[in-house]
Amino acid sequence: MATPDSLLTEALEAIQNSSDEKSLEALRVHYIGKKGAVTAQLKALGQLPADERPAAGERINVVKREIDSALTARKSILIEQSLSAQLEAETVDVSLPGRRQTQGGLHPITQAIERIAAIFAGSGYEVAEGPEIEDDYHNFEALNIPAHHPARAMHDTFYIDPATVLRTHTSPVQVRVMEGGAPPFKMICPGRVYRCDSDLTHTPMFHQVEGLLIDRDVSFADLKGTVIEFLQAYFEADLPVRFRPSYFPFTEPSAEVDMGCVSCAGEGCRICGNTGWLEVMGCGMVHPRVLEMSNIDPETYNGFAFGMGVERLAMLRYGVGDLRTYFENDLRFLQQFN
Amino acid sequence: MIFSESWLREFVDPGMSTAELVETLTMAGLEVDNVTSAASQFSGVVVGRVESTEQHPDADKLSVCRVTDGVTDYQVVCGAPNVRPGLLVPFAKVGAVLGGGEKPFKIKAAKLRGVESNGMLCSAEELGLAESSDGLLELPETLTVGDDIRVALDLDDKLIELDLTPNRGDCLGMIGLAREVGVLARAPVKGLEFPSVEITTQRSIPVATAAPDACPTYLGRVIENIDIEAPSPYWLQERLRRSGLRSIDPVVDVTNLMLLELGHPMHAFDADKLQGTVTARFASEGEKLTLLDDRDVVLGSETLLIADEAQALAMAGIMGGLSSSVTRETKSIFLECAFFSPLAIAGKARSYGMHTDASHRYERGVDYALQARALDRATALLLEIVGGNAGPVSVATGNLPESRQVRLTFSNVKRLLGVEIPQAECLDILSRLGLVEVASDTESCVFTVPSFRFDISIEADLIEEIARVFGYNKLPETLGMGAQRLPKIAESVRPVSALKRILVAEGYQEAINYSFIDPDLAQNVYPERQTVLLQNPLSAEMSVMRPSVLPGLLSTLSYNLNRQRERVRLFEEGLVFERRDGAITQTRKIAGLVYGSLNPISWNQPKQAVDFYDIKGAVESLLDLGLGAGAYEFVKGEHSALHPGQCAEVRCKGEPIGFVGALHPRLQRHFGFPSKAYLFELDTAALVEGRLPAASALSRYPEVSRDLAVVVSAGIAAGDLASCIRVNAGDDLTELTTFDVYEGPGVGEGRKSVAFGLTWQHPSRTLGDEEISAIIAKCIKALESDFNAELRV
Repeated sequence: MATPDSLLTEALEAIQNSSDEKSLEALRVHYIGKKGAVTAQLKALGQLPADERPAAGERINVVKREIDSALTARKSILIEQSLSAQLEAETVDVSLPGRRQTQGGLHPITQAIERIAAIFAGSGYEVAEGPEIEDDYHNFEALNIPAHHPARAMHDTFYIDPATVLRTHTSPVQVRVMEGGAPPFKMICPGRVYRCDSDLTHTPMFHQVEGLLIDRDVSFADLKGTVIEFLQAYFEADLPVRFRPSYFPFTEPSAEVDMGCVSCAGEGCRICGNTGWLEVMGCGMVHPRVLEMSNIDPETYNGFAFGMGVERLAMLRYGVGDLRTYFENDLRFLQQFN
Repeated sequence: MIFSESWLREFVDPGMSTAELVETLTMAGLEVDNVTSAASQFSGVVVGRVESTEQHPDADKLSVCRVTDGVTDYQVVCGAPNVRPGLLVPFAKVGAVLGGGEKPFKIKAAKLRGVESNGMLCSAEELGLAESSDGLLELPETLTVGDDIRVALDLDDKLIELDLTPNRGDCLGMIGLAREVGVLARAPVKGLEFPSVEITTQRSIPVATAAPDACPTYLGRVIENIDIEAPSPYWLQERLRRSGLRSIDPVVDVTNLMLLELGHPMHAFDADKLQGTVTARFASEGEKLTLLDDRDVVLGSETLLIADEAQALAMAGIMGGLSSSVTRETKSIFLECAFFSPLAIAGKARSYGMHTDASHRYERGVDYALQARALDRATALLLEIVGGNAGPVSVATGNLPESRQVRLTFSNVKRLLGVEIPQAECLDILSRLGLVEVASDTESCVFTVPSFRFDISIEADLIEEIARVFGYNKLPETLGMGAQRLPKIAESVRPVSALKRILVAEGYQEAINYSFIDPDLAQNVYPERQTVLLQNPLSAEMSVMRPSVLPGLLSTLSYNLNRQRERVRLFEEGLVFERRDGAITQTRKIAGLVYGSLNPISWNQPKQAVDFYDIKGAVESLLDLGLGAGAYEFVKGEHSALHPGQCAEVRCKGEPIGFVGALHPRLQRHFGFPSKAYLFELDTAALVEGRLPAASALSRYPEVSRDLAVVVSAGIAAGDLASCIRVNAGDDLTELTTFDVYEGPGVGEGRKSVAFGLTWQHPSRTLGDEEISAIIAKCIKALESDFNAELRV
């Protein structure tokens, strides 16, 4: 039988030479497993004279421990080596593009409407929608624009039949909401509107967002504050805003809203026609007759309405130069907004 | 409307520069569109007098003139035909600069055909006073020779163009505009003089109104023995020019001046062409009239006419007729000055495709107290120019508008405007605007609305006037956001924006197309649908309201393929329109289109064309948002735009909600698409309907899974097999997947193998092998009997 020391020498060498975890495990079994060589020597201790047993036993245990720790040390080296090899083998070119479906995107008009809605939602304005083929009553009559009113000439209306039109503004939605509920009202109505006009600065279809607030004791000052706050929020800038008296049959008083040119900061440029101002909205206090026609008592309630062209706001916000590009749907244009 | 600033300043001195005036008008709601100069930029031109003219020795058409500037005589060669001794003309001296701002040129001493010329005599065109001229501008003899022509003719005047809103008809004449400027500038306004006219003939034509509401006032008088050939004086022609009108003849020029000055349209007939009484009446249906511009119109019965006893003479308040018009031969005129009510005129011109200066004013309202004075003023001026004798005024009256009274309660000013404006200031503003206080107490005041303001009828109108003159921008800004309430959000209704975002994540780009499309396109995609047509489309290609979103997406695909895009994914959401049983339906749809390769071109993905199942996957993702894909079924469908073998109808609760499929090869050829396009269109309403999540306890017992593969005839729908399995697999079935479909060697010709994975889990116990085997056996038996299926082993 080999001596413990020769076993140790032999084992250490074998451990050192082992190249993988599996052969290392085999060596552990071979030397210090239950049936291993070192274990066999422990079992053979009984054959020694009694006085030699403690020293011999002690020596065998030392050998066993040394083999065990050599196995452990070697094992961690082998794990480390195999991990390194794995990492080396699994290395990829991280500069290559990932595997994916491309992202699409929302139309810039949708993005603008969502932004406007989000800003007003923060103050409790809900979104209302309505039909685009509208009856004459809701598009005109109920908004204090009777037949033959000169304001009708400003609307360039598309007709389906003499009593049915493509809505020329989103204001009829307000009428429908007011008819169908009870004040207070606080809402915006985004959507497509139609005018039969087509040139560099007009498309026969465009989008409006109309806002309405009906409550007790609403004043023109509230309208001014709301409009200014909205424009500054939408453009994220402390733009100057001014109100010019104007005329809409459904509001009284009425105003056009100009804001300082976003392009030249009021210096005057091509975009603002050298005025330093951009006309961006119409607004006013809801005409008492409009309230009456929707069965709201103008003595108790009043309110304001405002309306803006989404294309124009988006043009100013995103630097779109030509109105018509919105509806050509050239992917190269649309993808700029993704 | 265009007006001359100098003319305005004859009535009111606002104490402001032109720029300040423009700003003040704009900020008071009289928006200034444009400011131009009365003449081009030039300098060094004086009033010269032609002392003598001689024929140029070497040129037939040139004259050699002696011209004086009052100090010195100059020799000037001139080619104008109207040059003659004694004429006052614009004289550009040596050193003068002509030609306006863009191409200025300097006048130098020069020799013309050998004769020295020291300066130039000018036409109106050369001074930028006319588009074209055929001779020298002949100046009034009242001018002083030697004066700078810019000063003498007031050529530094500015022409201001206003874009007036339809409520301000009162500002469509100089006196109204001056009144407004007086209010804004708080400056006194000079009134007009209305001279009385000496009646020197008794000739008259009787008048009547048969439409007492539409024509409450009709005045007319004969002026006979006029000289129609007398030229309008320079000041009149120039006043018209500076207001954007051309001089025609003295009669038209004077009526046009009244239009500009008083805002009151007038009309002159040739008195010798009228027969009997002149009456304002409504047309009989189909009555005919040839208008001044030579147009024949057939009139409707709602059109107000001026007629004599023989025929229709004019469309009242819109345009005169040709047969009774004033011509070069006219000796006597019948001058009309009438008030037509706005309602009688409004919309009428437009209904005949017309718009005139007169209709523009009558529609908005002409001062109904002005007719008699306006008629006298026009008569007096005409007599000065064309001479003749004025007759007495014939008068017909009907029902004049009642003068309106409006109460202003002072507390309502603050309520509506959000600021206290002193009572005295409110009263001052309103009285300057012409409102007359008729009653008052401590809290309110009643005003009579002047006859020229048709836009003031309620208190809010008064408050608007106060706000406007006070200044909108001086009003405070507050954030009265109304009562704050928390929104009511229906959780089971999914926002449309969530649907859109699902498609965006699948690579779809949102498009927005016009809602009106080409009828051919509508016909191609939906031949069976009854479309909604526009009465007045912009063009034939945009004349039908879209019955579907798809035609727009197909056009968009076409547009982008023509621009070298090869992989296109599009969607659009919006209303579509259809006529059903005569009624118009408007339904929200969401539609998508895919074309080209499945994946973006990449180093690690196969180049593979999209197919039916790719777009069906997108549809399933949309369905998952609402009630879950399990609540819907796809059945073989039919759609005129889709491939009959690749078209599924999507159903929810048994009702069709849309379809998905491949574009019909016929349409693919029609559009010239090189590859197949796949489309879907679904009812938005069916997709946004969802339900509240309802949690159930998780089972603690193990799942059991089995696979089941059957061979069936190739024509049998896998979905039908799955439905059969679902019916027979018991209540504990938690998942059913279709994981393999195979056709080819081993399953037989015309047959296919379909493999399903089934998973069960019981909430309160472990499922045993025997019961699962029994379920499988039941499924197999059902598949065998219903589909003639064989178990694949």
